[in-house]
Amino acid sequence: MMNDQVPAVVVDDLHVFRGSREVLPGISLTVPRGQVVGLLGPNGGGKTTLLRSIIGVQIVAGGTVTVLGEPAGSPGLRSRVGYVTQDASVYGDLTVRANLTYFAALVGAPRSDVERLIEVVDLTADVDSRVDRLSGGQRSRVSLAAALVGSPELLILDEPTVALDPLLRRDLWALFRSLADEGTTLLVSSHVMDEATRCDRLLLLREGRLLADDSPDGLLARTGAPNAEQAFFTLIEKEEAV
Amino acid sequence: MSPRLTLATARRVLLQLRADHRTLVLMIAVPCVLLGMLAWIFDGTPVFDSVGAPFLGVFPFVVMFVITSVATLRERSSGTLERLLSTPLGKGDFLGGYALAFGALAVVQALVATGFAIWVCGLDVAGPRSLLVVVAVTDAVLGTATGLFVSAFARTEFQAVQFMPAFVFPQFLLCGLLLPRDALPRALELASDVLPLSYAVDAMRTLTTQADAAGDVGRDVAIVASFVVAAVAAGSLTLRRRTP
Repeated sequence: MMNDQVPAVVVDDLHVFRGSREVLPGISLTVPRGQVVGLLGPNGGGKTTLLRSIIGVQIVAGGTVTVLGEPAGSPGLRSRVGYVTQDASVYGDLTVRANLTYFAALVGAPRSDVERLIEVVDLTADVDSRVDRLSGGQRSRVSLAAALVGSPELLILDEPTVALDPLLRRDLWALFRSLADEGTTLLVSSHVMDEATRCDRLLLLREGRLLADDSPDGLLARTGAPNAEQAFFTLIEKEEAV
Repeated sequence: MSPRLTLATARRVLLQLRADHRTLVLMIAVPCVLLGMLAWIFDGTPVFDSVGAPFLGVFPFVVMFVITSVATLRERSSGTLERLLSTPLGKGDFLGGYALAFGALAVVQALVATGFAIWVCGLDVAGPRSLLVVVAVTDAVLGTATGLFVSAFARTEFQAVQFMPAFVFPQFLLCGLLLPRDALPRALELASDVLPLSYAVDAMRTLTTQADAAGDVGRDVAIVASFVVAAVAAGSLTLRRRTP
């Protein structure tokens, strides 16, 4: 691929207001290619706003967001970036297959992609069920599959594991890993700290500020904490002490 | 705009409608039931022949308005619209897909309602019956287009339904069904001149009374069609890729 040297995402001095509150007061970060990058932090910390800015659906007040070498939201990016919103944004009154067929048509993916992804997200038994008759976990897997059609180079996943049981969560993280091994870049947000160990790199976001941008091991070494959650608390205390 | 994406969207909307049997039955049956009641009310008098056609133009407009505004609002509030606009789908494809799907349904609805009015209720008009269908379909598409536009200003489905009395009833009062438009107080007559439903009803009135109605009806249909284009264009301005 010709742009392989370009990072997946470069955010530079991004300012975003929601209402009168500045949710992101000038954040800068880089997401390298081919990695699973975890965006962790408490609820209300600006994770979704940051992800929406990277997709290019968020009105931003200042700064730049460059995705795969192009400005975020460029027409050329729309089939190269997959986006899974926090709530399963798929059509409840359509079957699993009808949903995926439509999203595949939008990005020009072959129909074989639909069958492949139904297997990938393990919904073979429910493929002809209406999505609103499925469980929450199944619905979020339909939403994930809808983002995977056309094999996007960058996947933005907003809390994809939030309503899932531990077994499914394990399976999904295994899927993320295998996608990254094939060269896909994944930016996954979560407020569950124990998911940090499954990432190649961690971004800790709190109140719109980046507390850390490090590998899981680097983070633990730097803070001397036994796990990501403790490391996070250590960083907060350190910041508040300054 | 891409024809492929527009058609894919129209297909998806039709699949959603097909899954909703109750809505389909209501859309097709309600105009027929209302026309039947109207014919029954005026049974034995010549009144139905003079008001039947104008009502035939109003019912599809109202039904399509409500259905379209709620359907697009649902798309906006469920997050699917945001997702769609992050894909290669253009705004024109989105609106075009909805307009095509609901337009196709409007054709079916108008055909059934017109057939019912003529053959079951015994509606007799001076002008050609085929034009009756043309006007009814145009009115239904007008309902779809204004519904698409208005859904942008509703945040909840409650509000969307409230737009029906706010948006449709004034047009209904002023369109010439209750009193001929030139007999209205001057200010209201001027208001009725800029409302699309007035021209829809004018066309139906002409059909009721004139055998060689094609010219006048053609002009009125063209006016209604330009309202449709304006509503779709205005609707596309309300679709924003980037939101706060």
